[in-house]
Amino acid sequence: MELQKVQELLQAEVYAGKDYMTGMEVKEACGSDLMSDVLAFVKEQGLMLTGLQNLQVVRTAEMMDMEAIVFVRGKVPTEEMIQAAERMEMVLMTTELPMFTACGILYANGLTGGEAVSAGE
Amino acid sequence: MVFHYDVDGNDFTLAGEISSKVKKRLKQLGLPPEVIRKVSIAMYEAEINMVIHANGGAIDVEVTPQAVHITFADQGPGIPDLEKAMQEGFSTASNEVRELGFGAGMGLPNIKKNSDNMTIDTKVGEGTTIKLVINIA
Repeated sequence: MELQKVQELLQAEVYAGKDYMTGMEVKEACGSDLMSDVLAFVKEQGLMLTGLQNLQVVRTAEMMDMEAIVFVRGKVPTEEMIQAAERMEMVLMTTELPMFTACGILYANGLTGGEAVSAGE
Repeated sequence: MVFHYDVDGNDFTLAGEISSKVKKRLKQLGLPPEVIRKVSIAMYEAEINMVIHANGGAIDVEVTPQAVHITFADQGPGIPDLEKAMQEGFSTASNEVRELGFGAGMGLPNIKKNSDNMTIDTKVGEGTTIKLVINIA
């Protein structure tokens, strides 16, 4: 799914990546407030939805080679996070929707979460 | 090729800066993406551990044609029960760290999962040294 479509579906405001997000696409997504889980269980998901808002969220996405982060419940990234994301050419956007609804809308429109990976695998 | 870095233990927001730098260098060296990903995840977890548990330390990275060797050395409190620390879900992290999305007790197991060899040398009151090998071929 193109990130522009993600933005439209979630009525999100883009805070980083306006200049380079055109044509950027993600195959799968994940939703988590626990970065430990993202680091341990995420595979190919290029988009993360999260309610957490700190620089380590951007760093975690960087380490996992993610293209974009959607902050839910109207959380706005800090200037420090925006600058870091711009350096990495990562897209940051914010939706007013809560996590469950935001994930549900994307899923209903064809963006899936990939295969389940459980602890210990 | 050898790189040395010092990790600042006073500022959690800085944690991960070294991992980010190493990731860029490995990309420049043209290492396979799967190797870079494993190094990045293992390093980031270990760097965060260093900041939250040991007040910083030093990281040495050596890249040979066969493998990436990483050594994390700190003078922190040491790990009293290594067997427990290796269990998924066991954590001694503070609430502050948990609120930032970490401290779920996945760090050491995830470092092990992303490396081909891991050794931990730890002594209570003296510090911890973790050595990782991530094979290239």
